[in-house]
Amino acid sequence: MPRPATVLRVAALALLIAFLVTPQSFAPLFAPLTQYGAPPIYDQGNLLTLALAQLGTVCVAAAASTVVAVGLGVLVTRQRGAQFLPLSRTLVNIGQTFPPVAVLAVAVPLVGFGERPTLIALFAYGLLPIFENTLVGLRTCPPAVMEAASGMGLSARQRLFAVELPLAMPLILEGVRLSLVINVGTATIGSTVAAKGLGEVIIAGLLSSNTAFILQGGLLTGLMAILLYDGLSMLERRLLRTLTLD
Amino acid sequence: MITLESLSKRYGESTVVNQVSLEIERNSITVIVGTSGSGKSTLLRMINRLIEPTSGRVLIEGRDTRAEPAHLLRRRIGYVIQGHGLFPHRTVAENIATVPRLLGWETARIAARVTELLEVFQLDPGKYAASLPHELSGGQQQRVGVARALAAEPAVLLMDEPFGALDPIIRAKAQDDLLGIQRRFGTTIVLVTHDMDEAFRLGDKVAVMSQGRVLQYDRPAMLLIRPTDPFVTRMTGLADRALRLLSLITAADAALPGTSEGPAVQGSASLRDALSELVWSGADSARVVDADGTARGRLTVAAILAHGHP
Amino acid sequence: MRLSRPRLDALGAVLVVAGAAALFFLPFVVFKSNRIVPGDPRTLGAVLPGWGALGCEAALALAAAAALWIADARVRLVLALTGVVAVALAAAAAGNALTPPGNLVVRIAPGAAFWTLLICLGLLATDATTRLRPGPALRVLLLAASLGIAGLTLAHGTFDHLSVMREYAVNAVRFARELRQHLALAFGSLGAAVIVGLPLGILCHRLPRLRPGVLTTLNIIQTIPAIALFGILMAPLGALAAAVPLADRLGIRGIGAAPAVVALFLYSLLPIVANTVAGLRRVSRSAVEAAHGMGMTARQVLLGVELLLALPVIVTGIRVVLVQNIGMVTVAALIGGGGLGAFVFQGIGQTAIDLVLLGAIPIVTLAFSAALVLDALVEAMDRVKASA
Repeated sequence: MPRPATVLRVAALALLIAFLVTPQSFAPLFAPLTQYGAPPIYDQGNLLTLALAQLGTVCVAAAASTVVAVGLGVLVTRQRGAQFLPLSRTLVNIGQTFPPVAVLAVAVPLVGFGERPTLIALFAYGLLPIFENTLVGLRTCPPAVMEAASGMGLSARQRLFAVELPLAMPLILEGVRLSLVINVGTATIGSTVAAKGLGEVIIAGLLSSNTAFILQGGLLTGLMAILLYDGLSMLERRLLRTLTLD
Repeated sequence: MITLESLSKRYGESTVVNQVSLEIERNSITVIVGTSGSGKSTLLRMINRLIEPTSGRVLIEGRDTRAEPAHLLRRRIGYVIQGHGLFPHRTVAENIATVPRLLGWETARIAARVTELLEVFQLDPGKYAASLPHELSGGQQQRVGVARALAAEPAVLLMDEPFGALDPIIRAKAQDDLLGIQRRFGTTIVLVTHDMDEAFRLGDKVAVMSQGRVLQYDRPAMLLIRPTDPFVTRMTGLADRALRLLSLITAADAALPGTSEGPAVQGSASLRDALSELVWSGADSARVVDADGTARGRLTVAAILAHGHP
Repeated sequence: MRLSRPRLDALGAVLVVAGAAALFFLPFVVFKSNRIVPGDPRTLGAVLPGWGALGCEAALALAAAAALWIADARVRLVLALTGVVAVALAAAAAGNALTPPGNLVVRIAPGAAFWTLLICLGLLATDATTRLRPGPALRVLLLAASLGIAGLTLAHGTFDHLSVMREYAVNAVRFARELRQHLALAFGSLGAAVIVGLPLGILCHRLPRLRPGVLTTLNIIQTIPAIALFGILMAPLGALAAAVPLADRLGIRGIGAAPAVVALFLYSLLPIVANTVAGLRRVSRSAVEAAHGMGMTARQVLLGVELLLALPVIVTGIRVVLVQNIGMVTVAALIGGGGLGAFVFQGIGQTAIDLVLLGAIPIVTLAFSAALVLDALVEAMDRVKASA
């Protein structure tokens, strides 16, 4: 008898896929929410394509953020970069108070509409959770393990890749997860600057007062975000079990 | 084999190690003993350059340790610390194989070495090779730590309070195991501890440190018979120095010819233990036997007491 | 005294190179003959009379020297701030110089060099401030002073000829209204969340069985993107407005502020509840026992001991919520909720960066100030607790 959480998860995933692949079959559900014969299912674009486009934007930005944030985190925890550490932590604090919408809004006049400002905003806003978690992960490596590694003759580079980063991995992954989930949300707003995504459906609904559209867009994005959050949590837990620190 | 020449370490105004010169012999166990803050750990870590000396140098088999990059030097020196520092994300076998892999040994050789070491340390390879460190008990983890340090067959093994975290019963066994391993592999061991009993039990030679200086460096018996500094006497203990002296001599070495009706005493046991047995049983003499039962002679209380003073 | 060769500060080197490159190669201001045209770039030297440009450059040179060679954090801070003032005044002067008298159509926008210099000097000042580690009271004081000075210069009209202020002049009344609306939405939803979330948190603390269910639900809500939640709420609220005329008259409608407030309220619950539970869990058992032992009633223990000791963590939750809400109210403008986001999205629609800035700068300032003040409050409370 599978646990209730697993049942919910599988059901949610099935629902999401079903809706994206055969949206019209859900038409009768949404029909009561429309007025004046407006179409119950979003018909100005393929829902599956939009969902994938949004997911794609989010993942590209997340990959870029991860590389830069982890790199910065490593740099700042080395001896040579130590002088940048206090400043970087203050910047992280400050950065977290910047609303993502503001970053998006400021990026548009600089790089135009479409995917680019969204990618910039997602990249910038996604840096912070990953950077902060990389810092914590690298700085809480058990000192005995670090000393043993030095004592055994691992060079600094070997210590970093064979010991420090693997041990910091669960925390870094947590940061990536937070970053991804925040980004799915922010990417929705990207549709206001003509980035392809499910936000388009919501905004079309807002513009034409079509509640069905709004609900579709909202529920789809919500489902995607929840499943992403959940899936990555499971991955994290698996990793944590192998790395139980004594 | 290891020469420490006028080693000093200063941090700002304070001097942690002050002009220490020692000559450590091959195939021996040298114990550096002192209270916390005496500089003993710092001294040890200057041998494998985890701490760089402010002045002085270290020669291993005639070569200055600064002649090559530190991390290459350390691959030829085994290093065991109190927290054992096993990599939590690697299996026991992978942990032990770390330095041989760094040195580029072939896989077959590494696997053979790992199995050999696990057996020497009484850890069933079939059961433990693929385990993760957190699945082992504290005593087992400590043994894996030593095995890992010996994996690449180093000529020198440095140990910093390696048995400190073990409970007393396991600690005694671990100390005995170390003696056996040193005999088997012929490694030159330098061990740091604050426990005088441990120093006496393990050390071929003992260096007593206080406030950055080595006060006396000699065989344990000499520390009792001819201490050069009141601090040495304080550390070895004035009250039971006779008993300590007795603990350095085995029953087999002191046995007189003949036999006795009294209780049996192991040849490997110390005279201190033999005396304790005689006092407890109320007998005048005991017979000394080997582990397999062969008679080695007899011991009387008087004979034992004769060994208890210089 | 030991004479040592001055060591180059790595951060300072990066900032000086970036700042110098910006100053010499990027435009300081952009001259637009009206709102819509893209405009021509002008460098600092081209825009100001000789002594004006020199003065600004001298201040920048001093700041650069401090950044590279001076280790004393106070000197670095002072010179960095002087640089900021110099750059700001130079931009204002550029505005004045380039605007023909009486002309209200021309727009002088700060250029890339201005922003880059501001960011570099800002980083220098931030780095210096971090090294000085000011206490909470001092930080709040510095913030108040900066805001005060900025406010005075704006009111005085120093920056009136810059494009952003031109936009403000055109939209002054609306700006005030939207600002009030923005604050009302942010603080209103925060207030509602505290009123509901605090008791809910206490309940979850007392009854651990509730915790997983409540926290998971709130977590799920948290992962739903803002617009999505706004959108989802519009349907039921619209239905409510249609069914209950009183609700419509109270302003609870499908569009407008109502869905925004409800959504923000829902988003704010998780940090408040989670932090209340976490804060209460950290209260030492012995303090609570002692209080009971002294004969305090359960309510007195809760109010007088537990909540008091959990306060720093709870206020941290409030800080997270307030900063988050100030940002999210921006999006509420999309569904007609008003607030400074109206300027932001209008600016995006018209490709007028000045409108975007008119909305974005106050939002960022509000968020930053809220974070700073509440962080200082938490730190002050922690210090009191530690010394008690």
